[in-house]
Amino acid sequence: MSKKKEIDDRFKKFGTVSYTSLTKVNDFIDYLEEGKVMGTRCVDCGMVFFPPRADCYKCFSSNIEWFEVSGKGRLEAYSKLKYAPVGFEDDLPYFIAVLDYGDYKVFGRIASNVPDEEIKLGLEMKTVANKLPSGQLNYVFKKA
Amino acid sequence: MGKVAIIGVGQSAFVRGYPGSIRELAFEGFKEAVQDAQISVQDIDASIICSAPEYDKQRSPSGVFAEYLGLTPQPTFYLESLCSSTSMGLRMAYSLVKSGLHEVVAVLGFQKMSEISSAESQERMGRGADIQWESPFGTMMPAYYAMFAKAHMEKYGTTNEDLALVRVKSATYGQLNEKALFRKPVAVEMFSDPEHFMSGPVASPLCVGDCCANADGSSCLIVASEDKAKALSKKPVWILGLGAASASVNMSGRDSFTGLAVARQASEQAYKMAGVTQKDIDVAEVHDCFTISEIIAYEDLGFAKPGEGKDLIKSKETYKEGSIPVNMDGGLLSKGHPIGATGGSQIRTIVLELRGEAGEMQVKDPEIGLVHNIGGVGLYGAVTILGR
Repeated sequence: MSKKKEIDDRFKKFGTVSYTSLTKVNDFIDYLEEGKVMGTRCVDCGMVFFPPRADCYKCFSSNIEWFEVSGKGRLEAYSKLKYAPVGFEDDLPYFIAVLDYGDYKVFGRIASNVPDEEIKLGLEMKTVANKLPSGQLNYVFKKA
Repeated sequence: MGKVAIIGVGQSAFVRGYPGSIRELAFEGFKEAVQDAQISVQDIDASIICSAPEYDKQRSPSGVFAEYLGLTPQPTFYLESLCSSTSMGLRMAYSLVKSGLHEVVAVLGFQKMSEISSAESQERMGRGADIQWESPFGTMMPAYYAMFAKAHMEKYGTTNEDLALVRVKSATYGQLNEKALFRKPVAVEMFSDPEHFMSGPVASPLCVGDCCANADGSSCLIVASEDKAKALSKKPVWILGLGAASASVNMSGRDSFTGLAVARQASEQAYKMAGVTQKDIDVAEVHDCFTISEIIAYEDLGFAKPGEGKDLIKSKETYKEGSIPVNMDGGLLSKGHPIGATGGSQIRTIVLELRGEAGEMQVKDPEIGLVHNIGGVGLYGAVTILGR
């Protein structure tokens, strides 16, 4: 009897369309299910990473711990898509954006209920875990 | 160590729906470059094939092309850096020649994009970004550059009309380029006319007219050592400076959204290697994959101060009669953008300008030219400075 090796493919739940399912930072998905958006920190040298990484390029350590993306970030870049790549047509229109938290930045989407006219560079926003109608998970930016 | 020259340049017409296979497409640019160099295929002792992967069924195109172009049994290999592939190919060719390992190297760029739909192509291009952390949000190249456009507008007051002026200039010269895909005049008013296709929505603040089009095409550069260039060529153009850089693929790793660090770094390297400054550049080709990209390029290359790129296009300083003519072949916006072939096409234009053979696109007596070629959203940057 050969035992079938269990595959940890939790990451396939990330985003409207996920292009990869295997990663050492799969716990990110469990945290998202709990409503938390998490980055990683190198325990050995203190480097902070978002998106989370399993390995520190500065000191080569793989001794990492999770931290929650919390507080306010400032909107540093954004655009509103009116045309979508294959697989995202039903999401239109939607915004992609970058929030600057100081120590790190977060790339993601702006929540669809934020009024267009309020979206400006410098706007204070927070990163919030989000469940898509399909059951997939991502995170969005809401007004802080 | 001697100098390194470009002794032959060629490109196919850039088209939609090329009616042939990729080897036949490659043949067109290659044939023109070999004939331009007035050499025989046997003079070429290595080839570098450049494209962005995933558009073709064919894997490892180098071997297929080497066979079709008569380049076997010489070594051939494949180089990829998205839209900057041929410029990076030129960098590799320079190294191969400078090292003495080879004397004459062909750099052949190609892309056949029209076998898939535009939306599928956007999906593939989007996967040139971070597929683990960004693509699941639904990204595409125009949307990334739209973030830069929006940031530039809010920080510096650049307007949609300024962007449209870049396309108007592009069309002015694109009409003169028989190899260009788009050869019709463009007026600023088209961008605000909801009935006109140019104003079609893409990713705000960019509309259809702000974006270059996918295309099929090939380009080729024949690179030679100083000895070989002098023996084989009456009109060598010398590689004076090369710069190249990379940046964080994820936008969360970027310091700025109003410029591209790779372009600033690559141009500093190239200026230093060539021993020139931006004031010495007589003609330039910049990577105008989007209208905003050209305005940002002016600033990253030092042609304008940060935030003042819009003033260069408004004052027409980048027109043929201006102080720094840019994209005299119509740029990517008019030629179309067959990813792997684009850098070679830009370099071809500057080589023709420096040889005084650019026809209707010719600027007056240029001595030094520059090529700015970007891969992805400022993921890779290459700047090449050429001289007579």
